[in-house]
Amino acid sequence: MTDETRDIALTVNGAAVARTVKVRQHLVDFLRHELEITGPHLGCEHGVCGACTVRVNGRAVRGCLMLAVQADGAEVATIEGLTASGEVADLQEEFVKRNALQCGYCTPGMVTTAAELLAAKAPMTRAEIRAFLSGNYCRCTGYQAIIDAVEATLARRLAKR
Amino acid sequence: MTTTPSIRSPIGQRVERTRSRKLIAGRGRYTDDMRLPRMLHAAFVRSPYAHARIAAIDPARALAMPGVRHVFTGADIARVCTPWSGEAPHLPTLKSPPQHALAVEIAKWQGEPVAAVLADSRAEAEDAAAEVAVAWEELPAAADATQALAPGAALVHPALGTNLAFQHTVAKGEADKAFAGAAHVVEASFSFGRHTGVTLEPRSIIADYDPSLGTLTVHHACQAPFQMQHVFAMHLGIPEHLIRVVCPDVGGGFGIKLHIYGDEVAACAMSKLTGRPVKFIADRIESMLTDIHARDHRVSARLALGSDGTIRAMELEDLCIIGAYANYRRFSSGEGMLILFFSGAPYRIPNYRARFRMPFQNKNTTGMYRGVGQPIACAVTEALADRAASALGLDPVEFRRRNYLREADFPTTSPGGMPMEKLAFERALDELVKLMRYPELRAEQRAERVKGTLRGIGLATFVEITAPGPHYYGPSRHGVSSNDGATVRLDPTGKVRVISSVTDQGQGTETGIAQIVAGGLGVRYEDVSVIHSDTAASAYGGGAWGSRGTAIGGEAALLAATELKGNVLKLAGTVLQADPGTLDLVDGQICNAGSGVVRMSLPELAALGYFRQNELPPDVQPEFAVTRSFNPKKMAAVASGIQAAYVEVDPDTGIVRLLHHWVVEDCGRLINPALVEEQIRGGVVQGLGAALFEHIVYDERGQNQTATLVDYLVPMASEMPDITIGHIETPYEATMLGAKGAGEAGTVGAAAAVLNAVNDALVPLGATPIGEIPITPDVVLKALKKIT
Repeated sequence: MTDETRDIALTVNGAAVARTVKVRQHLVDFLRHELEITGPHLGCEHGVCGACTVRVNGRAVRGCLMLAVQADGAEVATIEGLTASGEVADLQEEFVKRNALQCGYCTPGMVTTAAELLAAKAPMTRAEIRAFLSGNYCRCTGYQAIIDAVEATLARRLAKR
Repeated sequence: MTTTPSIRSPIGQRVERTRSRKLIAGRGRYTDDMRLPRMLHAAFVRSPYAHARIAAIDPARALAMPGVRHVFTGADIARVCTPWSGEAPHLPTLKSPPQHALAVEIAKWQGEPVAAVLADSRAEAEDAAAEVAVAWEELPAAADATQALAPGAALVHPALGTNLAFQHTVAKGEADKAFAGAAHVVEASFSFGRHTGVTLEPRSIIADYDPSLGTLTVHHACQAPFQMQHVFAMHLGIPEHLIRVVCPDVGGGFGIKLHIYGDEVAACAMSKLTGRPVKFIADRIESMLTDIHARDHRVSARLALGSDGTIRAMELEDLCIIGAYANYRRFSSGEGMLILFFSGAPYRIPNYRARFRMPFQNKNTTGMYRGVGQPIACAVTEALADRAASALGLDPVEFRRRNYLREADFPTTSPGGMPMEKLAFERALDELVKLMRYPELRAEQRAERVKGTLRGIGLATFVEITAPGPHYYGPSRHGVSSNDGATVRLDPTGKVRVISSVTDQGQGTETGIAQIVAGGLGVRYEDVSVIHSDTAASAYGGGAWGSRGTAIGGEAALLAATELKGNVLKLAGTVLQADPGTLDLVDGQICNAGSGVVRMSLPELAALGYFRQNELPPDVQPEFAVTRSFNPKKMAAVASGIQAAYVEVDPDTGIVRLLHHWVVEDCGRLINPALVEEQIRGGVVQGLGAALFEHIVYDERGQNQTATLVDYLVPMASEMPDITIGHIETPYEATMLGAKGAGEAGTVGAAAAVLNAVNDALVPLGATPIGEIPITPDVVLKALKKIT
């Protein structure tokens, strides 16, 4: 039972990937163990902390609550891909400028969730930004610098429109 | 030659953190990101009971499962790993029996490891761990702390005949007499829930023993690699110089990764037994069951007040509930001791008596978690201060002003006996009142009350130990070092490498060290790189605990940079035929002191000193690498500050909303305000979590009811307020650098401020004052007598 496998084919950070995976393996274990993509982290493996957040078909999802086989045919992006494409370069710059990360363990998930918020290009209050990011725990920063960074990036993107 | 240390830019600047760009790109390399050839994965079989005899362990079914290589029991590990104990000679009455890496015969808390499986993958190891057949015989558990010391209570260690592990009393003056003659007495009882640190990266280790050389290399998510090197040497019988402990990027510490865990030591033992690398990564449930726990106190305390509104005496009685053993190397006594040391510490208190008693429970071990006891001391002291103010009809600000230690009172000792150098409570309070616009906020609170909205304002003055010296742990003879060291090396191109003994779990200590070396030596910040957290590379260091990294490791780096600067200027003097005292090093240029006229560049001099020594006089030996260590000469650099919380309470639901939080902190000289501010904010949020959400709950059988993040509530972005930070600087006079620690300050005061704010909102309604954290909706509704 535990050894049952399926063949899957998907796109990860823009590259086509085909693998035979164990049906019980979740998406982040697949990314980390099979593809050596270590940006997504495991903080709780029960869907609370958000450290494993990755983008699947345009949405930020919990990589620990999705099986690799469920990603068959999907477009998956991780912090590595978001960084390489430059999509979040402005946000990353704000994070660095404001010291909005400390240990960095939550950061890839936090940026991936914030990227979804920013992609919507809709004005948001500070309280709404806090609510949007509430599925991503940070134990180090106190959140304020993260909210500041997202708020500033959103304002700049909206001003450019 | 001797050179006076220079505290120059970028010391004090908000420079970019050294590792931010790597971590933000997802390029952090944490322990679990690494794999070694032939590496095996460990999963542990843990006691499902709080107290149970292990009658037998049958690994046969597990061994037959796919990918499984070995199963080890506690007895197997004990053959290569000696047990340890939390007893110490400086606490002669403290009792704690020896404990093994994996339990042998009897498990004493739920989650205690009793056997381990090594397999080709973690998944296979976990599958097999579930099939290790353990014959358990459940024993009565001591799980109700209020009954722990009662006659007939179930005993954690029957051979001791009591659950009382330790007790300690301190006294000053004549408290009895002061209470008898007091104009007012205010008293209260408190209950503080059990917490844990919840590092987002779980505990992680890869042990790699090479039997051909007898070496052990350990990649470890830990705060104190030299301590771990010492522990592995002592208990695994491996010569210490053959052990190397390296910390890769570490995902948070907060005290959790300071401690010695049986499963981690067992991972090293299993690598020794198998000659293969062994990886162990705790999952979240293992973390919640076995990461060090903290707090868990029941306190009663009172203040005697004179008719002039001054404090005449304080008394405190604390039940400091620990686990099944006193914590190895930290004794689980730190919480109680720091409560005794720091209760009443901001105030002039002539008479004082405080005692804590420390009962064993069949629960996970308690130890150091950010703040260590001081959040309790702060909450008790400041809650009593508010009750005293109320009894005297004084504003809480006025009561504090009347009773604070004044700057002229220093140096002094706290009522509990902690030596304290100069602190500035009145200045901090003035700054806070300004920062939060206290009178206007009080007016707003009154206006909101008229509209039916319950708002409260709470203050909390905090005092905390930072950067402890050898007097603190030295007497324990347990190998806890208060030392740190740094090598500062000039390379031929004029760039500088620092090899420091500090560790960094996200605080930014590495950045602070780079700033201190750049400023102290006279080179640009971007021309300094720092490596650390490698026991084979640097001078010996104590690691990250007690808010010590920048204060102690930074002083060592400043001393090394200063001496290197002296060496550079001496050589430059020889080359330029100038008196070195007339030269200076600024931004990597050797120049005339004062005028700043550039004489030669550092790369020119370095190249000369490394490659063309033939051009130098024969008796000149350039020395471009300097190692210096620093060990504090005092008990500690005590730091302080004040916090304020502004909250709104919904009397129908009991939900407390955090509207804003302010902190005025004094950590001595600020090395990097941006780093300090985020450390303070992060610390505050952990204190706010303690105030409202976080609570480890055990049931009457000693079963942890809160072993997931669904049950143990970590603060989320939407629940947290903005936090305004103000700084005052009273540089620490015992070091050149003048820095005190800042890492724990936020946690020490935050919950106390919220407790006072909630009571400030509720007490005018006739509510019973709350003395319990976390302040859950139930606690609020009970205080309002809406539920029982």
